[in-house]
This record gives sequence, structure tokens and C-alpha cells, in this order.
Amino acid sequence: MLRRAGLSLGQFLWRRKSSAEFSCSIGEAKMSRPVQAQRLEGLDKNVWVEFVKLAATYPTVNLGQGFPDFSPPDFVKEAFVKAVSGENAMLHQYTRVFGHPALVTILARFFGKLLGQDIDPLTNVMVTVGAYEALFCCFQALVDSGDEVIIIEPYFDCYEPMVKMAGGTPVFIPLRPKTPAPGKLMSSGDWQLDPAELASKFTRRTKAIVLNSPNNPLGKVFSKKEMEIIADLCVKHDVLCFSDEVYEWLVYDGKKHIRIASLPGMWDRTITIGSAGKTFSATGWKVGWMFGPDHLVKHLRTVHQNCVYHCPTAAQEAVAQGFQREFEHYGKPESYFVQLPQELQQKRDRLVQSLLAVGMKPIIPEGTYFLIADLSDFKAEVPNLPDCEEPYDSRFIKWMIKNKGLAAIPVSAFYSTAQKRNFDHLIRFCFVKEEATLKAAEDILQQWKLKKTGP
Amino acid sequence: MGRGVRVEGMLFVPQRFLCLGIRTQLLKTVSSLRSFRFSALATMASKHKNAKRIEGLDSNVWVEFTKVAADPSIVNLGQGLPDISPPSYVKEELAKAAAVDRLNQYTRGFGHPALVKVLSQVYEKICGRKIDPYTDILVTVGGYGSLFSAMQALIEEGDEVIIIEPFYDCYEPMVKMAGAKPVFIPLRDKKAGNSASSADWVLDPTELASKFNSKTKAIILNTPHNPIGKVYTKEELQLIADLCIKHDSLCISDEVYEWLVYTGNKHIKIATLPGMWERTVTIGSAGKTYSVTGWKLGWSIGPQHLIKHLQVVQQNTLYTCSTPLQEALAQAFLIDFKRMDDPDCYFYSLSRELEGKRNRMAQLLQEVGLKPVIPDGGYFMIVDVSALDVDLSDMVEDRPYDYKFVTWMIKSKKLSAIPLTAFCGLETKEQFEKYIRFCFIKQDSTLDAAEMILKKWSKQTA
Repeated sequence: MLRRAGLSLGQFLWRRKSSAEFSCSIGEAKMSRPVQAQRLEGLDKNVWVEFVKLAATYPTVNLGQGFPDFSPPDFVKEAFVKAVSGENAMLHQYTRVFGHPALVTILARFFGKLLGQDIDPLTNVMVTVGAYEALFCCFQALVDSGDEVIIIEPYFDCYEPMVKMAGGTPVFIPLRPKTPAPGKLMSSGDWQLDPAELASKFTRRTKAIVLNSPNNPLGKVFSKKEMEIIADLCVKHDVLCFSDEVYEWLVYDGKKHIRIASLPGMWDRTITIGSAGKTFSATGWKVGWMFGPDHLVKHLRTVHQNCVYHCPTAAQEAVAQGFQREFEHYGKPESYFVQLPQELQQKRDRLVQSLLAVGMKPIIPEGTYFLIADLSDFKAEVPNLPDCEEPYDSRFIKWMIKNKGLAAIPVSAFYSTAQKRNFDHLIRFCFVKEEATLKAAEDILQQWKLKKTGP
Repeated sequence: MGRGVRVEGMLFVPQRFLCLGIRTQLLKTVSSLRSFRFSALATMASKHKNAKRIEGLDSNVWVEFTKVAADPSIVNLGQGLPDISPPSYVKEELAKAAAVDRLNQYTRGFGHPALVKVLSQVYEKICGRKIDPYTDILVTVGGYGSLFSAMQALIEEGDEVIIIEPFYDCYEPMVKMAGAKPVFIPLRDKKAGNSASSADWVLDPTELASKFNSKTKAIILNTPHNPIGKVYTKEELQLIADLCIKHDSLCISDEVYEWLVYTGNKHIKIATLPGMWERTVTIGSAGKTYSVTGWKLGWSIGPQHLIKHLQVVQQNTLYTCSTPLQEALAQAFLIDFKRMDDPDCYFYSLSRELEGKRNRMAQLLQEVGLKPVIPDGGYFMIVDVSALDVDLSDMVEDRPYDYKFVTWMIKSKKLSAIPLTAFCGLETKEQFEKYIRFCFIKQDSTLDAAEMILKKWSKQTA
């Protein structure tokens, strides 16, 4: 009854209204009592529902929501078509609840090799409906009322409501931007955690920390040293780590993606999450996975079997084929995991130039396919309204969608209520787009620049 | 309060003192003592413990029995898994969808526009009322996902939820995971152990009324019913509806087998009864509709003021469902929507095909001296096996008779089924432990193989 403690006695009694007070009328009888569960309190707003709708309503060059507007690689598309139209009709029926055997087997082999860890496909790996469901399972399985979960800001927006829905308390810590060296553009690497501040966030009640590297929306790729600081604290305080690594292959400038589960003391306390959507540019397939020690994964299995139970079969088969191919080509030039980041780095650099030209300050991402532009020095037609409830970046983007036909996502959506005001002059662009889209965006920015600097 | 953590051979024992909001930390290095290490691991284990909401929910009949029956030498009439092929146009639509670039990326979170539009058309026709595709429908990961979303959205601690036994096994753990209390009421064989039809299994009206009180948030209805195959009549639904209205309760209506009703029966949607639309979430499934259980697409349909909460759950659990699958399903539905008044429509042709299989299955079982309960709908059939009088006394585990029977039957007869007590609460196990459930959505060769086993079996016992 801990959750009810927040309600006043009057509210409590109202919720438990006796049936005698309800009038039975034939016809459109409505519920007389509040119908939704308390766990949904405050969770109804969602940046995607709002901005995806907007971008679809107006003609826009859409650099907002994170999805490729080009095709998944041929080898993976072909595998899917083969799976659904091949002779094996059983690929249209239920597969193994915790993951299609072919997929968990190759995932165990692939990531086992990368981590230098023995990964058992049946007990250490689970397939989920996108990385999203993997995250949901983590919180539902392992976070209880009274638990604290540390979230590093800016964060992929679902972490906070998921912690709350599990009855937990999010504890935030911001990445703090350091001034870059003179003459250099700001990089996502310049945004760092203060080690003392981080240490202070760990309490007796801390159950887990959520790590997202490469980070959405900033693009930060945590260095080994940074990860070690986090790992040390996890070990010291016996805290779990939910490591969202969906952008693991998208790292630039020779940077290396470090898997925190491979650090000493971390395998036993980490759930590592991945996504076929980001790995194979097939976000619409909604195939994700996690791996970790059985004593944690077993609880996620319990949630999964009481939540969606199975994941669709055919896409899992296709993803398994995709990974098999990548396993054979690992590190080679024809590997998709090598080609895609190369391609994206060029797109990144191009977008950076266009943004600089128009007067927005890009923060160069070390990874992911997102890029944040700083609008602090950008003179826009959108006024600063300190008393307005809606953050500046949100208003700016709505104006930009309607007046410039260019969509982005407000970065304040990735911040806690307490911090939104401090980071409301940042907007996020997604650059995993085909040539034509990026060219169209360039043209818009170019026109904008001319309009601003013109007579 | 101290917890030990073992790092590099030395034991660090952090101790924290909370004093006037000031936190200080003392680190002590202690030589590794075996007993100390044990207590450290014990406390580490407690930090890694599961959340309370899933306590006791880890076992699952499917995980157990699908493992056992995965052996290809076993004739599998257990899990509800069609081994018949989905219609070819359904597979073709999926292949077509997968070839379109845009359809491999995210679609609308609450349901792909093409799909929710055609679902609204199909169900408007059936329900005789306007259904808004964007506010009254949510597409989920299977009927299962709809059940979960409905429970998480609408059920919480302090609530009671009525579950009719036998029940599709996930209802109970889902109610518990939502923090609520399941209240059971059994269907009772009015022929007192001699039933020949699913229609013989009925609710006692007085008993049902006694289960409702001011805490009753919802009742879960499943029609056509799994495992018995009962198709609730209008009068039976009215009984339930009256109580829902009287007690201001919701109805979660699992209608995944809605198209599979056999001659002489009609599927009625409780949401169409007066006063019920406003309080009912109706659940459907592509897997059962098109024999594509591996697509895992389902939907919830209901009034906006209920569906909006399921949508909030969706945006906080998995955000969106697969795009190519939804597109393919939409196209398949369009094909069948156009011929909804035509007997060739798959909704009716599948039902006719299955009625034939039902009759055959019943005959096979009758020929070996068993008395199957002929279902009016769905693709399952339950049968009382106590007449076979199989001696299972050497099976020592403390499990109900039907579990032991199925385990024995899989091993010695190479035929699988599902024990009925998997679908009951603890109190009614004795009532149902002589029944097992067969699934008959199987191709002819599977039913042939089952026939051979049953015939051989009956010869042995003769």
C-alpha cells in the first residue's frame, strides 16, 4: 500500500466508491470511477507521438525521428523475403519464447567473441520486441518501489517514464559541457560527468544505473576511463547496470565502442541491450535483444513471458542470417558494420558544414546518427519567452517545421523537468538519411542563411 | 548495514553514516575471510533480487511443454500452433511489404495507419457502430500484448479481477503482476462429468453474482473459449453484462478465436450489448485469424477513454509493432473485408475447414472409447482420460493427474497434449485434473499420425 501513501484520504475514498452509488442506466453507461491504473500517472506525454505527428502533418525534410530513410542492406532484406516466402511455413508460427534458436545462437557466438565471455544462447540471451522492450523488461524485472535508478542526462526519453512505471525514483546527473580547445568545434567528448558528482548520486537505495553509449541524443562515446569510473561505483555499491548499446556500431573518427560488461566485476551485474533496427537499418522490424548473467536474465524472462510472450519469428530468422554474414565478414571492408559508420561519418561532416554556414553551432558527435546544434547564438524569429511553459527548442522546431519545412527534435525532451530550462537551446538532427534528403536539408539551410544575411 | 564486495582479493566494506544530511564514507580493508565472503555474496544476491511484481510468476506451462514436445518424433497436439499453412496471399503480402524501403522503418506507434483503418472498417461492420481507427484501436504484439496492455493500463493493487475457469493461463499471472487479486469462478459441467459438448459447461448465475463486489475492477471473458471451446450465448453474455453495469466493472473480452465458430453457433461481441461498449476492451489476433501465430500481431478495440490508457502503456513498453507485418496484415484484411458477405472469405472458409478437423478428432477419440467434449468454437478439444485408467502411481512427483498423464503419454505414446489444470486456479484443480486438451488445427498427416497412435493404444488396452 506504499503507493497509496501519496493520496489524500478524500481521494482514496473516492477511488473506492461503493457500487451502490452508481446509477445503472441502459445506454452509454460510463465508468463512474477513475479507470486508469496509478502506474500511468504522468506518463501520458510523449515527444515522439507529438513530433512524429507534426512532421507527418506538414511537408518537411524530416531529420527528426531516428530512422533511416534508405533501405536495410540487401543481404538482410533478402533473408527476410526468403524467410516469409520460403518452403518452411513454420516461420509464420510461434518460435521459442525467449528467442528463435538460430538468432540466440549466433548472438551468443558473436558477442561472446567480442566480450571474451562464454555466453550461453539459452540462459544468457533473450530476444525482445526492439531494444525498447528489453529496457522495459529490465525495469519491470529488477526495479521496485523505493529503488533509485541513476540516469545520465541527456537521456533517451523512455528511461524516465519506465523507471517511474516500475515504481522507482529516477536520480539524474547531467553531462557537463567543457569549453573546447580554441579554434576547435565542440565535440560530444567535451561533455563529461563530474566523478565526484557521480559518486554522490549513489545511495543505499540505488538499484541500477542506465548507461547509453554511444549516447542518444548527444552522440557521446564513453571512453574506457569514463566507463571505469562508472564500473568502479557499480561494483563498490553493488549496483546493476542497464547498458543501452543500440548504436554500438556507429562510432566515428577511429573511436572504439567499449562494452561495460567486459570490464572487471561487471559481467555479473550488467544487462547489455542491442537492436537489429539500428544494427541493420531496419527499425520497423522491432527485433532487439539483451544478454547478461542468468541470475538476472531469468527475471527478465519472467517479465517477457507475462508481457508479449513471443517475438515475431520471420524477422528473427532474417536477423540471424544477417549476423551470420557479419560474423563471417567481421572487420573486413565488406562488413556492413564497417561500411555503415564510414558512410555515416561523411553524412555527419556534411551536415556539420551546413549548420555552421547558417550560424547554428553543431556539437560533433563521436557516435550514433544524431547531431545536436546549439542555437544560443542563432538569431531566430522565435522569441525567448522565459515565462512560457513550452521550452524554447520545442517552439523553435515547431516554427521551423511550419516555416522552413525542416524537422528536428527538441533536446529538452531528453532532460528531466529540473534541467529542461538549462538545455532548451539545443536541437537534435538525425543524419541517417539518403543523399537526396540531406541535400534538401542543405538547401533549406542555405536559403535560410541567405535570408538572414541578405540585404 | 555493511555490505562486502570482493574486489581483487581484498574485501572492501563500505560503511555509510547518514548524519544531518552529510554522508561520510569509511573504507576498511579486511583480509578475506571465508564466512565474510559468503555473507557478501548473500547480500549481493539480495541486491540482484527480482522486483516483487514478478514474485512467483516464473513458471509457465508453455515453456515446459513446448520444450518437451519439440522432439520431432512426437505428434504434437499440444500447443495451439497451426501446422497448416497460412493462405498464400497472406504470405505474398508480407514478401511484398518487405521489399518496400519505407516499410522496414518505424510506423505509427499505436498502429500502422493502413491496418487500423481496415480494422475499423471490419469491426464497424460487425459491431454496427462507428469505430475511430486512431482513438479506438491499439495494435499490439499479439492478443497477448493486448491483454498485458489492458491489465497494466486499467488494473492495479486493491482491484479484484474475475477470471472464469478454466482460463488461458496468462490471465492469472498478468492480474498478479498488475498487483491485483484474481477471483475465480469455474464453468461447471451441467451434465455432471458426462458432458459431450462445450455448451454443457456453464456459469452458475448466483455464484457469478457473488463474485462481484465494489472492488471488482474487471471480469475477463474469453469467447470462443480456450480450452473448452465454449461459445457464450446471448443470454450468458447478458448475465455478465448486467453484473458489469451494476457493479461498474470493466470487461476485458478475449475474442481471438472469434471467426472459429461451428455450425449452429454464433459469435456475439459483449461490447455490442447495451451499456457495454463504454466498459469493454475487445481483443483480436492476427495469429488466430490468419493462421500466422508467428506474426504476433493483435489489437484492442474499445472506447477512447479506455484505449487511450492502453496507448500510454504501449508508448512506455515497446512503442511500436513491426511495420512490414502490419502492412501485410492490412492488405490481407482488405482482401477479406471486400468479401465479408461471401462464403469464400477466409474468416468463414477456415472455420469450415476446422469444423471438419474437429469432427475427425472427435471421432478418433470416440473410437478409442474416450468421451471428448465437442467444442462449439476455437481449435481445442478437451477429453476426460480417466476412463483409460492409466496407472501412474510410479510417477512420484506431486503434480495433478493430468500433468503426470501428459508427461507419460508424451514419453510412452509419442503424442502430446496440454494438461487442463494448467488452466485452473489452485482450488479447482481436482475438478479438472482428469481432462487433457488437444489442438486440432493440424494438417491431415498430423491427424493421421495421431489416429495411428490412438488406434494402437486402444488395441493395447482392449
